[in-house]
Amino acid sequence: MSAVLSVRDLTISLPSGADRPFAAERISFDVNAGEILCLLGESGSGKSIISFSVMGLLPHNVRVSAGEILLDGENLLALSPEALRAKRGDDVAMIFQEPMTALNPVMTCGDQLDELLAEHTKLDAAARKTKTIAMFNAVTLPEPERIYASYPHQLSGGQRQRIMIAMALILEPKLIIADEPTTALDVTTQAEVLSLIKTLQRERGTAVLFITHDMGVVAEIADRVVVLQHGKQVEAGSKIQVLTQPREDYTKMLIASVPSITPPEARQQFSGAAALSVNSLCKTYTSGGWFQAKRETRAANVVSFDVRPGETVGIVGESGSGKSTVARCITRLIDPTKGEMHLGETRLDLGDRGQLKQARKRIQIIFQDPYRSLDPRQRVGDAIIEGPLNFGVSRDVAVKRAEDLMRLVRLSPDVLSRYPNEFSGGQRQRISIARALALEPDVLICDEAVSALDVSVQAQVLELLEEIQQRLKLAIVFITHDLRVAAQICDRILVMSKGNVVEQGATRDVFVAPQHEYTRALLASAPGREFQFAQVNAVPGTA
Amino acid sequence: MSATFKRVMKNGAVRFGAIVLSVLLLIAVLAPVLGTVDPAWLDAVNMNQKPGEVVDWTGPDNQTAPRKLLMGTDSFGRDVYSRVMYGARVSLTVGVCVAVVSLALGTLLGLLAGYLRRVDGVLMRVMDGMMAIPGILLAIALVAAWGASLTTVIIAIAVPEIPRVTRLVRSLVLTIREEPYIEAAVSVGTPTWKILLKHVLPNSIAPMVVQGTYVCASAILIEAILSFLGLGLPSDIPTWGNIMAEARVVFSSAPHNMWFPGIFLAFTVLAVNVLGDGLRDTLDPKFNKRGEKR
Repeated sequence: MSAVLSVRDLTISLPSGADRPFAAERISFDVNAGEILCLLGESGSGKSIISFSVMGLLPHNVRVSAGEILLDGENLLALSPEALRAKRGDDVAMIFQEPMTALNPVMTCGDQLDELLAEHTKLDAAARKTKTIAMFNAVTLPEPERIYASYPHQLSGGQRQRIMIAMALILEPKLIIADEPTTALDVTTQAEVLSLIKTLQRERGTAVLFITHDMGVVAEIADRVVVLQHGKQVEAGSKIQVLTQPREDYTKMLIASVPSITPPEARQQFSGAAALSVNSLCKTYTSGGWFQAKRETRAANVVSFDVRPGETVGIVGESGSGKSTVARCITRLIDPTKGEMHLGETRLDLGDRGQLKQARKRIQIIFQDPYRSLDPRQRVGDAIIEGPLNFGVSRDVAVKRAEDLMRLVRLSPDVLSRYPNEFSGGQRQRISIARALALEPDVLICDEAVSALDVSVQAQVLELLEEIQQRLKLAIVFITHDLRVAAQICDRILVMSKGNVVEQGATRDVFVAPQHEYTRALLASAPGREFQFAQVNAVPGTA
Repeated sequence: MSATFKRVMKNGAVRFGAIVLSVLLLIAVLAPVLGTVDPAWLDAVNMNQKPGEVVDWTGPDNQTAPRKLLMGTDSFGRDVYSRVMYGARVSLTVGVCVAVVSLALGTLLGLLAGYLRRVDGVLMRVMDGMMAIPGILLAIALVAAWGASLTTVIIAIAVPEIPRVTRLVRSLVLTIREEPYIEAAVSVGTPTWKILLKHVLPNSIAPMVVQGTYVCASAILIEAILSFLGLGLPSDIPTWGNIMAEARVVFSSAPHNMWFPGIFLAFTVLAVNVLGDGLRDTLDPKFNKRGEKR
């Protein structure tokens, strides 16, 4: 096999004043024809910048300072911008993470492919259309004729990503660069798109440079893997070798951080009075009315469950399943349409303002996006003491408590006077946890609380949550789309789809013997579910 | 805050605007000691003198002495240089006061409209109604109704600006209220007024400062227009607008009476707008070209 893409000692330097001098340092790898090479790394590892340098799309203040990028033996770095532009599309194509922003919203999908063909080939209009429709068929789009005339916003996320793949493949490039192409997709769609990329790539013998942070995806799709950390190449080798016999500590730590999809054997049994009890909760959105026909959307339909002190109940489902709606109803950020909610003895769903305010104290929520859940103009200390001050705690006592909480979430109390932008995503999420705990709640709602974090940071935050739960006997409602996380942290699980709870039960029962068809489909879609990762213990001091 | 200040001052446009405006501010404050005479004083012997001419000038103390007329005299024999220097006072006062008044009221209304669903409909329809009337027409009507004085001119110019500020603030509030950190504040039991003051307001300051500069520039222009039309301050208080109004009659024989206040007016408005553009580039993350980390 010959190398289609060969990267030799690639060094990319960042402008002065950046947090490190090089975005990537002495990176070398080959991508052979008919092979998928995964660049695996956490955020800030330099994996995306390497792919941009291959495409010649580096930001103007970032430049390649050493090394070469050979495409079929020709050094791309020595080419003029015009020659490089011809290579893009003809020889190299790219699939982006977010298909909605990568597609032109005012052009039909058919026209976008047609434009490519008109630019790069000499086909006439009829031949171009035939070829486009054939390509739509190849990426298994339903009703290709209709899709040809559709605008991107009229398609689903998975369909849009298929259009992107069709655009990447239609000129039959030698190399495709896929930058996190399935990260924005639901797990079932992700499984379909991954298998599509693999099938088409095998049929056509295309080389693929696949960029991802997800070990499951690597296990699913890669032939070979290059592991990156802080712009340095940590380890490279075949998928089996890297994932089952990692040599480097960093790789071992990454693999140890991936939660297993098999739930642990014996979880504790919980008895006693429920801390939170939700009974037939419904949330219906109505739109239209005056000029249009009234339309009802049932975001949550008859959801019931109990959480006991010390117990974690998981709600899993894909986007649009209603899991976040449930979280927001329970915390009364929105009002439920029907149903009863009890917080211990207190009714949570009644309109009494004083009662609601007292209830707020006992139920707290942690949000998904650590960058948006802290007010950028408020010092983290003020954010943490805001709640206690609202409930009449004196400032001195609140500050004292904030300092203790910072120690609990393993941050220094000295940083209380800083602003959120001085912290990393994982640190911000710890601050959010501290803010939620400042009111000493009985119930904690985690709405995708670890989904935006890197896998190693995610493992640390999950461990922290579990430790805090043990110590404070918290009842936790854990909302996630990630089955691996759910398998490890939840005692019981509710599976939601389109507003309905399709299955609920003990975690192990749901994972080992799923009753509902949807649960089975969801479990079957989890990337890398059959792959046996190396059994390594985290090496201390590598995180 | 000082870090923000340093970052903002690195921007060339901000520095240009700030320097020009500082010079104008100095002129306004130091007008009496910049070799000027009483701007309302007229020396009937020296009418329509050319700029740079040295004449025998009879001052308010009835002493006659040679005086160099930097910008000539107008058709009443008043020193244009003195009038232009003093005119800076009116323009800057009106610009700043209008910006402050309309921002304060517009922000208050915008916060209410954006956060409280119940007042939103009524308040915004009233604002829409106000925006349907041309701003200059509304200002003319208000000045005509109340009579011309500095206060009425400021209020008359500020009122038509309020709906614009309200709309901006309301749209900012509508975006910010959906942020998770607002929901986090709600769930720790923070009352609505506190959320508005402590979370929503600080996060909308940057675009409001930028809007403030545009309001200021347009207020300076509208004040000049009102004065030019004879609806602004009486002519014993010199403004760039009323200097130009008096110059209009004798424009063909003495064009300098028009040029000098015109150039000052244009430079002031330019400086304020350039300052606003620079502030927008540095403060508003949407216009951050470098793509800084969130």
